Amino acid sequence: MSEHEYTPKSKVGKWFNDRLPLLTLANHLTDYPTPKNLNYWWTFGGILTFCLITQIVTGLVLAMHYIAHADMAFQSVEHIMRDVNYGWLIRYIHANGASMFFLAVYIHIFRSLFYGSYKSPREIIWIIGIIIYLLMMAAAFLGYVLPWGQMSFWGATVITNLFSAIPLVGEGIVTWLWGGYSVDNPTLTRFFTLHYLIPFLILGLVVLHIWALHVPGNNNPIGIDIKKPSKDTVPFHPYIVIKDGFALLMFMIVFAFFVFYTPNILGHADNYIEANPLVTPAHIVPEWYLLPFYAILRSVPDKLLGVIAMLSAILILAALPWLDTSKIRSAVFRPLYKQFYWILVADVLILGYVGAMPAEGIYLLIARIATAYYFLHFLVILPVLGFKERTTPVPLSITEPILGGSPNLAAVKKKDSFKDQ
Amino acid sequence: MEKKTKRRDFLFTATYAVGAVGAGAVIWPMIDQMNPDASVKALASTEVDVSAINPGKTITVLWRGKPVFIRRRTSEEIAEARSVKLEDLKHPEKDEDRAKNPEWLVMLGVCTHLGCVPLDQKGDYNGWFCPCHGSHYDTSGRIRKGPAPTNMEIPEYKFVDANIIKIG
Repeated sequence: MSEHEYTPKSKVGKWFNDRLPLLTLANHLTDYPTPKNLNYWWTFGGILTFCLITQIVTGLVLAMHYIAHADMAFQSVEHIMRDVNYGWLIRYIHANGASMFFLAVYIHIFRSLFYGSYKSPREIIWIIGIIIYLLMMAAAFLGYVLPWGQMSFWGATVITNLFSAIPLVGEGIVTWLWGGYSVDNPTLTRFFTLHYLIPFLILGLVVLHIWALHVPGNNNPIGIDIKKPSKDTVPFHPYIVIKDGFALLMFMIVFAFFVFYTPNILGHADNYIEANPLVTPAHIVPEWYLLPFYAILRSVPDKLLGVIAMLSAILILAALPWLDTSKIRSAVFRPLYKQFYWILVADVLILGYVGAMPAEGIYLLIARIATAYYFLHFLVILPVLGFKERTTPVPLSITEPILGGSPNLAAVKKKDSFKDQ
Repeated sequence: MEKKTKRRDFLFTATYAVGAVGAGAVIWPMIDQMNPDASVKALASTEVDVSAINPGKTITVLWRGKPVFIRRRTSEEIAEARSVKLEDLKHPEKDEDRAKNPEWLVMLGVCTHLGCVPLDQKGDYNGWFCPCHGSHYDTSGRIRKGPAPTNMEIPEYKFVDANIIKIG
């Protein structure tokens, strides 16, 4: 961080800043030295902030019209769709906003995986990120229950029943979660409360995430430590602000496409049928962003072990900074890791696909292989690769390959080819 | 040099203008959602059967969430309301304008002071009396004494037939 003392120009500004240094903070954020080679994969942090704010604002509005009661929830959502001025728009933004949020967070996470952003000294940023991701999944699940359609009801039943896998106390925990002997009104009201709470927890963690980021500064596509400020950095404003803003605009086009042209494609038609505790829909699947974990759950034949496998698949990410033993951050200089990285991407996509298919025959077999490979990647390949892999030379600075005629020019060029993919 | 600056200024202004329109288009739905929705507007008019009301009786009906007094006035009340001189009134309005059909007074039962519901057949003028801050209304619902600034409001209404009043 640039530690030059900042003093506001105006007298009033100085008076205020001496008492509450908001202007110092604003100055820190605008002048913040940022690596000048950040590519568009780095714009998803800003995009995610936008997603969070969008969900909070539209969610507050929906809460003004929604009624958290088992007898009225479904009707109130239809009331929002039909009667409330622009209610359809606000609800479609909120529902598709959840999908857009996950789309962005998956890109953000996989960017981190490619460029080794989780490695020392950024472990805390990474772990806070994983916690945010877990809270996002919780919020998404709880929110999906609120319309009280068939998918809401049976999704809630299935997910809460996961806890019944816990030996001895499992059944008791499930009854406690439900506040009764099945998913019913007490479940709905507490889910609404928690769904309202979690985004604000996420907001707090986002502040910590950014605070922790501003200690070492941004990682960058070649993954080296850079001096700040130096020839390798540009001030956050206007350079990154404009770049992030442009990327956000592109993202909003995709977002708007879903909202205005195909608002229900990511949902399930069954959720437009009011919850019925007597009939389960024929094919019950979670939202797309949870499918890989759903596939892992179903690929294990044992109830308890299935739940453990699913949770481990997420929690293993928190241990990633120590499972990846390579000192080189960026995959640009790790020819083998780069290949395994893309295999992992394919593996997760396959898991997502089979998660949406019935758990039988060939799909079950594929799910089992893909699940095994997922754990193999983190528990075996990454630790071993750090010792075995022959990495290509890393430049000393961002400008060195261009200005210094370094032998690494080819390696840096490869970074550009990744961008095009 | 100067020419270049002008071009950039234009781009900035154009960008801000488009941005402002976009921001407005996003903010408006968020504001408008708090306005009365379609289900509220659908209840904006109410029909009341008044055939069972005898002279000297008032019924109160709910219209747009507020009480509406429908009073079938006696001939004494009508005479009293019509005999008042306009200069004696705080808010001068002729009874003829307030009750087109003199027998029927249809009036929003909301005190114009701070929104309480006045009591029937009370007060110094045989009309209504507001218990909150002591406003006295006459048999035409006109303010005669107390803090209320204006007469009680006459809503838009019409007789659909001899016995049915449609309010709103």
